[in-house]
Amino acid sequence: MTATTPALTDRVRDVLGSTTLDDASLRRWLHGLPGVDEVGAHGRAAMLGTRSIKTTSKAWALDLAVSMVDLTTLEGADSFGTVRSLCAKARVPDADDPACPKVAAVCVYNDLVPVAVEALAGSGVKVAAVTTAFPSGRASLAVKLADTRDAVQAGADEIDMVIDRGAFLSGRYLKVFEEIVAVREVCDEAVALHGRRAHLKVILETGELSTYDNVRRASWLAMLAGGDFIKTSTGKVSPAATLPVTLVMLEAVRDWAALTGEIIGVKPAGGIRTAKDAIKHLVLVHETAGERWLDPDLFRFGASSLLNDLLLQRRRMRTGVYASPDRLTLAT
Amino acid sequence: MAARLDVRKTYKLYVGGKFPRSESGRSYEVTDAKGRFVANAAKASRKDARDAVLAARAAFAGWSGATAYNRGQVLYRVAEVMEGRHAQFAEEVARAEGLTAAKARAVVDAAIDRWVWYAGWTDKVAQVVGAANPVAGPYFNLSVPEPTGVVAVLAPQASSLLGLVSVVAPVVAGGSTCVVLASERRPLPAVVLGEVLATSDVPGGVVNLLTGVTAETAPWLASHEDVDALDLAGAAPLPGEDPTVDWGALEAAAAATLTRVVRPAGSGASGEADGAVEPDWTVLPDGPRRVLAFMETKTVWHPKGR
Repeated sequence: MTATTPALTDRVRDVLGSTTLDDASLRRWLHGLPGVDEVGAHGRAAMLGTRSIKTTSKAWALDLAVSMVDLTTLEGADSFGTVRSLCAKARVPDADDPACPKVAAVCVYNDLVPVAVEALAGSGVKVAAVTTAFPSGRASLAVKLADTRDAVQAGADEIDMVIDRGAFLSGRYLKVFEEIVAVREVCDEAVALHGRRAHLKVILETGELSTYDNVRRASWLAMLAGGDFIKTSTGKVSPAATLPVTLVMLEAVRDWAALTGEIIGVKPAGGIRTAKDAIKHLVLVHETAGERWLDPDLFRFGASSLLNDLLLQRRRMRTGVYASPDRLTLAT
Repeated sequence: MAARLDVRKTYKLYVGGKFPRSESGRSYEVTDAKGRFVANAAKASRKDARDAVLAARAAFAGWSGATAYNRGQVLYRVAEVMEGRHAQFAEEVARAEGLTAAKARAVVDAAIDRWVWYAGWTDKVAQVVGAANPVAGPYFNLSVPEPTGVVAVLAPQASSLLGLVSVVAPVVAGGSTCVVLASERRPLPAVVLGEVLATSDVPGGVVNLLTGVTAETAPWLASHEDVDALDLAGAAPLPGEDPTVDWGALEAAAAATLTRVVRPAGSGASGEADGAVEPDWTVLPDGPRRVLAFMETKTVWHPKGR
């Protein structure tokens, strides 16, 4: 193990407080983080979940939530047609209401990125691709990088990568770190191709990390390695995004900003199906990370069925009567 | 020996196969026919109504997709379980409607018989009103009745069990699912019916029973876009009392979302906004009118040829 791997920049050295970058130094740093008070996290999430948001604030929150949705389809059965119809929905979520905001992004597998890029051209809706052998992440680094490069070259604005949970759980933190760094370098290749870098979201798959301490460590590791976003889950493992997990991750980005000045985004994904869930998350964001994070650039919902429920609630507020999903496109 | 403490029953809603309290946390006092306190019942809010519609919609695919014969078997099973609870029903009906024990038992008999009568119609309505239509062309032309969807039912105010059964059974016999607002002042037999449905083979969500103030929740159901039909039987007030439910306004709200409406008895063909009366539910219906009121006719053209 050499004292200076390429990833050991001044930035990392300062944060880590170590001149070496290896499993041991990462382990010392990550295990030195304060433990998560599990009962406290549950209690705080439950307490904030009871907060009642009414009328104008609710209307604002619903619009904000719509603009934060990463409209996602990650099925083996996805075709050009399903992606195109999803993109049409992303551009115009509610055809009855021109005031309805667009969603933030459409999230697809990497082979469908060209279809989504074409369908969303000029709309301002971003294209996110899941890569690095999503959802398991069980492939060699070369394959993961090729997977990512494919999506970047096809024009993806955002890359959702998965960490190697096997390596993380067995304490091989350096491997996880180096993979994220390598994928981020591929994301940077987008500058030469498209004039902007691809944003990197790092999926921790919290459902497989077993403890909140691990969620906190994985969050810090991903931020140290240069992720632009930390994302809870793939949506393929249960439990996916829960309020306490999102709380722990929001605390991590808040503390990271205080430590380094870098502002990292958070994306809960999977299991958020109702407008009520979404608003609970927004309360959590506001009360944990702060108002700055109430922004589609810093907070996203990875979801498919959530959007329709948000639209039903918007419609209910606009018309005064309970709305029917029959009036919306794409029953997901 | 110490005196035994009463184990008092909590009367709750029946939504999606479960017995929740009202989302609003409210309850109201239910009295017997002489005005004496009987129990506290859950007072459903508009959000309970919304949840009930969601449950009914979720149950619709399974219930309408079951074979008519199977629905008949399930409904017959309900009658069997009602028979087992005969004494409990009779006690609740006697208290609610101020009947003697013998008369209450007769009402329960009639209610069970009415349920069986409708259970028998499940696999027969299609033969009675379905048709192979003669058309001027080389086509098979077939009409079949299909369930309409989610039905909001205002249950009769006076007849708390027989009336209730007479409006709920035809809806579910036709294959629709329903959200029922039980009699406002006499809700307890409906709660017992919910317990019967939960312990028979009716899938959760097919029948959802809400207790509370009819005039408060009914407008939310009438205007709900995802409700396909509205039965206004319960708009008729208790005998000798003034109406509290403006069924004309409910019909207007329902019309805005293309909801099919069944007017209360006595309202007349011209639909004057008063005059709703509760019919004599002991009279056996002269046919499956109420079943058909919640069914739509689908007609298919199929080319003939060799």
